[in-house]
Amino acid sequence: MDLRKLKKLIELVEESGIAELEITEGEEKVRISKSSSATQTYATGASALQTPAAASAAAGAAISASAVAEPLPEGQVVKSPMVGTFYRTSTPGANPFVEIGQTVKVGDTLCIIEAMKLLNEIESDKSGVIKAILVENGQPVEYGEPLFVIE
Amino acid sequence: MFEKILIANRGEIALRIQRACREMGIKTVAVHSEADANAKYVKLADESVCIGPAPSAQSYLNIPAIISAAEVTDAEAIHPGYGFLSENADFAERVERSGFVFIGPRPETIRMMGDKVSAKSAMKKAGVPCVPGSNGALPESPEEVRAIIRAIGYPVIIKASAGGGGRGMRVVHTEAALSNAVIITRNEAQAAFGNPTVYAEKFLENPRHIEFQILVDEHRNAIHLGERDCSMQRRHQKILEEAPALGIPPRLRDRMGSRCADACRRIGYRGVGTFEFLFEKNEFYFIEMNTRLQVEHTVTEAITGIDLVQAQIRVAAGEKLTVRQRDVSFKGHAIECRINAEDPYKLTPSAGRITQYHAPGGPGIRVDSHIYHNYIVPPYYDSMIGKVIAYGDTRDQAIARMRIALSEMVVEGINTNIPLHLDLLSDAAFLNGSTPIHYLEQKLANYNKPS
Repeated sequence: MDLRKLKKLIELVEESGIAELEITEGEEKVRISKSSSATQTYATGASALQTPAAASAAAGAAISASAVAEPLPEGQVVKSPMVGTFYRTSTPGANPFVEIGQTVKVGDTLCIIEAMKLLNEIESDKSGVIKAILVENGQPVEYGEPLFVIE
Repeated sequence: MFEKILIANRGEIALRIQRACREMGIKTVAVHSEADANAKYVKLADESVCIGPAPSAQSYLNIPAIISAAEVTDAEAIHPGYGFLSENADFAERVERSGFVFIGPRPETIRMMGDKVSAKSAMKKAGVPCVPGSNGALPESPEEVRAIIRAIGYPVIIKASAGGGGRGMRVVHTEAALSNAVIITRNEAQAAFGNPTVYAEKFLENPRHIEFQILVDEHRNAIHLGERDCSMQRRHQKILEEAPALGIPPRLRDRMGSRCADACRRIGYRGVGTFEFLFEKNEFYFIEMNTRLQVEHTVTEAITGIDLVQAQIRVAAGEKLTVRQRDVSFKGHAIECRINAEDPYKLTPSAGRITQYHAPGGPGIRVDSHIYHNYIVPPYYDSMIGKVIAYGDTRDQAIARMRIALSEMVVEGINTNIPLHLDLLSDAAFLNGSTPIHYLEQKLANYNKPS
């Protein structure tokens, strides 16, 4: 079950009156339950059969999912202008272009989106402070996908 | 066989391709613009990727976005559908260079058939009869043009070489109108297709539009799947198609079909394709070839029992055709009505929310449509919202079934051309059959005449 699908499921639960949602897809199972403050996600069922790598990916999904589940901080959302793969750094191992809390001005590079073997620097069209980074390094993004919140 | 196919299109054809993939156990990736985020096939796809805002140029015609979507989803092949990039040789080339399979012919073939002058020349060499014409691009000199047209004989039609599908053409009845017509058509061609090359053909007064479906694999097996009559057109756009065409003797069908299949083998064609002809006084005249799946492929499927989209996918995966020409048989009669979101007689487009939807059904009725109750028809794309196909043992039965189906069909909240179809289905000339390509325009002109 990929990250984008998980994120969509979480959004669905948040927006609806559903208290708990459990989905089984083949050998994978996800249960999303809404508690009073935040939505919690458990990836179960497959974990007993998973290899350690897959299990940590599921755990990673749970972590990023709960990060997304919290309501977005105040500010303006920077959306992806293209389809591609999101990278926070110019090369692997380099420092990220921006971190949470960093002040940016219009024209500053926020990230790279790789599309068709070309690395595109995505510049900020807003000035302010980075309040949230909504996607993971190496995650595929689609047109219009929220990337950053800047206030 | 492919594990995952990206469908680079929208609307009913995206759903059609998705259905073929699902039946074959192939995962689907639906790319969509922001305006199509709630499309039926987007929700049913294994994965979906938003590739841009509503305007086609930034989404469905956005080559980097589509190829990028294939990269991030690890798709193996891209199906271009019809329209959009399906006959764009550059797109096909870039898809292949990026390591994906383009479900369609080779880029060189698309390029050759996209140039109408070179297509005609290739067809002539392959023994396919063509409309008599200028035998090449019209030269610059007005005197030479005049001489060429005099040799063809008025009336003629000036056509853009890079055009096609009814666009970039102008009829000339007299020599006095010739030089202006050529200049204007050249300018239009430059503006619309980036290429001012034009050629001329004899303008046939009352032909029918009859096209042949072919299917070719990568192992030089080429078969034809019979013909379709697509004469019911307005502004060069088809609205009703049928198979088989009335009045074509089986021997003539076999001869023309085989010529087309042979021509395909000769040019190294791959996949599905359609040879379009004008048919007048029992003679076929080639006008152009469409190197893609057609909207009206459904009526051929109905009378041959062959799934053309699955056949496309199998050929693209390198499989040999499982059907030989002698295995192809034609049974019954099929009619397709294109349902457009438009005023049935004024033809003004009608976008908006479908407030009530009820699909027809019953024996011999097939509905290929992506619309659903409360679906919002976006204003950014063409007006076709679906197709109804009626099959019967005879043409009369197909017509009766279509009439019943369209009377049951409910689409409220927007205008549709269903009233026009119902009108046609009781029109004496249509019922008689074999109406020529100008028939519908004349019928509509009579409606719009002030009384």
